[in-house]
Amino acid sequence: MEVKDANSALLSNYEVFQLLTDLKEQRKESGKNKHSSGQQNLNTITYETLKYISKTPCRHQSPEIVREFLTAMKSHKLTKAEKLQLLNHRPMTAVEIQLMVEESEERLTEEQIEALLHTVTSILPAGPESEPKRNPDDAMGDDEDAA
Amino acid sequence: MFVLVEMVDTVRIPPWQFERKLNDSIAEELNKKLANKVVYNVGLCICLFDITKLEDAYVFPGDGASHTKVHFRYVVFHPFLDEILIGKIKGCSPEGVHVSLGFFDDILIPPESLQQPAKFDEAEQVWVWEYETEEGAHDLYMDTGEEIRFRVVDESFVDTSPTGPSSAEATSSSEELPRKEAPYTLMGSISEPGLGLLSWWTSS
Repeated sequence: MEVKDANSALLSNYEVFQLLTDLKEQRKESGKNKHSSGQQNLNTITYETLKYISKTPCRHQSPEIVREFLTAMKSHKLTKAEKLQLLNHRPMTAVEIQLMVEESEERLTEEQIEALLHTVTSILPAGPESEPKRNPDDAMGDDEDAA
Repeated sequence: MFVLVEMVDTVRIPPWQFERKLNDSIAEELNKKLANKVVYNVGLCICLFDITKLEDAYVFPGDGASHTKVHFRYVVFHPFLDEILIGKIKGCSPEGVHVSLGFFDDILIPPESLQQPAKFDEAEQVWVWEYETEEGAHDLYMDTGEEIRFRVVDESFVDTSPTGPSSAEATSSSEELPRKEAPYTLMGSISEPGLGLLSWWTSS
């Protein structure tokens, strides 16, 4: 076996979620060979990965939402890795943004961080565990309500 | 967190599966070979993404099975350096905090990368962050089962291919099983604001 390209593309959690859900549907339809010993590894890994991703905000995303998010992100000048992390985690506080965006103090002003937070929380749907209308709890005392 | 890896391999399809569609048999064989396995210097393989090219299938003398060279792409778990991940604390030991993602367990946060100052509580076998405020020190425990946000700072791949018979003679008979090493481990860090237990940073 030969590895041609160990990093040919980055995948968002949503894409993997979609892929695994489709795979699960397909295997359910063709039924019988699911339990053969060879398939046990695939079953285990898809079950565990699906369980993990289902608890993240990616669960409620769709291709249109992702496209809209990436278009909105164009103005903020972030790297691909940073945009991917924002998409996967849906940060709700300025502290989280500072973790995901490198050197955010130098690259983004406070208003830009606020604008970024607003874009993220308004375009990306909330995860299953957080209430949808929660206000961001950063210490900046923002008076704009969470849309 | 996940990357697409392009690979090439020769897949053997035994004759009793010739009635099935070639693509399905090949997908099944590839998944059987790679799913939930770690490939050295690549990552933990999750599942097949797609088959990009199938070359001609050959049948070799003496073996009735067909051999097909397949170019395919596989979904692999391989977080990039400095990526932020959220996992669950599996347990604590003097070596550090062990975190699990459910499908991947070998993540360790060594003591020097914890929020400082930190101490290990021997009685409860748990790491504690001694958080100082004006009121005094709060002891924040890192309990098992808690969700934790951490940054990936290092990864290490260990080649676990079987070694030849010469090394088997060298190990003494008193140790029956050599220590099982995880083929792929991640080192995490929570020494920045925002990292650590999720409950530390939310004001709910």
